[in-house]
Amino acid sequence: MRPELVCPAGTPAALRAAVDAGADAIYCGFQNATNARNFPGLNFTVEEMEQSVFYAHERGTKVLLAINTFPPAGKFDLWKEAVDAGGRIGVDAFIVADIGVATYAAKTFPDIRLHLSVQAAASSSDAIRYYCKEFGVKRVVLPRILTIPEIKVLAGEIPCEIETFVFGNHGLMVEGRCSLTNYVTGLSTNMDGVCSPASEVKYERDATGNLSSKLGEFTIDCFSCNDKAGYPTICKGRYLTDCRDGAYYAFEEPISLNLAQMLPDMIEAGIHAFKIEGRQRSRAYVKSVVTAFRKVVDAVLEGGVPDTADLVSLTEGQKQTEGAFKTKKWR
Amino acid sequence: MTCNLTLGPILFHWPAENKLDFYSRIADEAPIDTVYLGEVICSKRAPFFEQHYSAVVERLERGGKKVVFSSLCEVVLKRERKAIEEFCSFGSHEIEINNSSALLHIDGRPHRIGPMMNIYNEETMAHLASRGASHFVLPVELPRASTEILVARGRELGTGIEIQVFGRASLAVSARCYHARAHGRTKDNCQFVCEEDLDGMPLRTLEGKPFLAINGIQTLSQTYLNYITEFQELITAGITDFRLSPHTCDMVLVAENFKAVLDGRKDPAEADAALTLMMGDSAFSNGFWYGRPGHLRV
Repeated sequence: MRPELVCPAGTPAALRAAVDAGADAIYCGFQNATNARNFPGLNFTVEEMEQSVFYAHERGTKVLLAINTFPPAGKFDLWKEAVDAGGRIGVDAFIVADIGVATYAAKTFPDIRLHLSVQAAASSSDAIRYYCKEFGVKRVVLPRILTIPEIKVLAGEIPCEIETFVFGNHGLMVEGRCSLTNYVTGLSTNMDGVCSPASEVKYERDATGNLSSKLGEFTIDCFSCNDKAGYPTICKGRYLTDCRDGAYYAFEEPISLNLAQMLPDMIEAGIHAFKIEGRQRSRAYVKSVVTAFRKVVDAVLEGGVPDTADLVSLTEGQKQTEGAFKTKKWR
Repeated sequence: MTCNLTLGPILFHWPAENKLDFYSRIADEAPIDTVYLGEVICSKRAPFFEQHYSAVVERLERGGKKVVFSSLCEVVLKRERKAIEEFCSFGSHEIEINNSSALLHIDGRPHRIGPMMNIYNEETMAHLASRGASHFVLPVELPRASTEILVARGRELGTGIEIQVFGRASLAVSARCYHARAHGRTKDNCQFVCEEDLDGMPLRTLEGKPFLAINGIQTLSQTYLNYITEFQELITAGITDFRLSPHTCDMVLVAENFKAVLDGRKDPAEADAALTLMMGDSAFSNGFWYGRPGHLRV
């Protein structure tokens, strides 16, 4: 089995770059709250989506449309319109999380594949089997919490394909179940598609030269003059608590997931598609990561040893982790 | 229309004797209609209280309370899946589902849908109701406008609608145990260190500002939701059930104040003053209801 390389695109230019760099499939979303990366200046108009799908299909690449947030009551029409537009354009799959959206997509476009978003938080074979039985889901994007032996067992228990993240930002909370951003900013990850929105981010330098990164009213981290200040994502911040001396990363360090070295084991475990995180990243980044991963995946498929030096340099000096995939001790 | 005051499941790892004392007092003294029992956060904690459920159920029912059992919110391991499957065939009491793995086994039997299940819209509600869901606890972050629409749909479907009105808000869950992590351990060798923090382990920002509370794999708000001044509005909106989430503060006093406002015996401002006297000035928030940052008290 030849696994798919599923690559991110936040803009039509990034989509073309990913297609040209050898992506098997691209995932992307519309310019609104219907997808989980609803950032200013990112994502596609309906017209751009149509042109982009044409570009990708001409070159044999699939386009997977992320409609993976949770429509709050009263706004459901926006999500229906996204499904309708995607169906009319002829995307290759809808990536959904909400049961209402899944119901609508399965009923309206029974011939278009449904992929279960990581935002649906289906972390056991029973949960996945429910979505397969109820909505005919063809692929699940797994939460980043299982070890590879666990995924291998899971693969034998479910009637659909498995997609896992292999590179990029590493979320710590169960995705689709996190209201931390809303608690701080009034904007919801589930309903508005934002996590630590840039409009709420501030950097403040104090008299001694230390730089605090803040989200809304709350300080998420603080850096001395020599440190590179990180983006204030709540689950990557440093905090104080009574049982610790001084600041610590209560949830996780700012760290990037990189599973390049584990790809042979992952293919053997029965994973159908490898997903690269980063729809918010630039076209140049997408091109570099997709090119590097294409080489790695092809080398693995030919039985060779993957060269991952290019990928290490793309983590921008951040620490790397194999996260939960490597060992249960991550938990 | 009847409105019910409910007591949510105890989210924290209280010693068994604390739980027994707590439920005895609730059974005898608290004006609460429905009590949810069960370990929702961590399957490792569950065995500590299993042997006591029958006695607690009996005591609560003798006190005139309806008992509902709540399921685990994170289901990953084989033994957790097995426990959920058994839970779904539970015949004696109503059950509340908090993870979609249970939906595979429920097979049309009546059940409640818990607050971790992401019921954000009427389409999701209608679909689950068609499969036997009879009652929905809405996500804590859902604002007023959306709640009102779901209440109207719930009325058409004949289902109950519940929201949390008191206690720390659950903001996130994870596969990782942050209690264990804070103590340099992992989930598998946690030694139940979460037992030290009966209302959660406070996290402060680097300036010392109170921010969040850790409860094993769960992250909660530092502030306690308190909708007592909105309570009349919630009742008028048609919400049927109002959840108090258990803490170590005097939950009988909390229940009495909500009940007094519900019955029109007490002015909401007066009830709020009583809760503030117990918990302090900066303890409460209600921002989610207004679509504002959740930590604010509007």
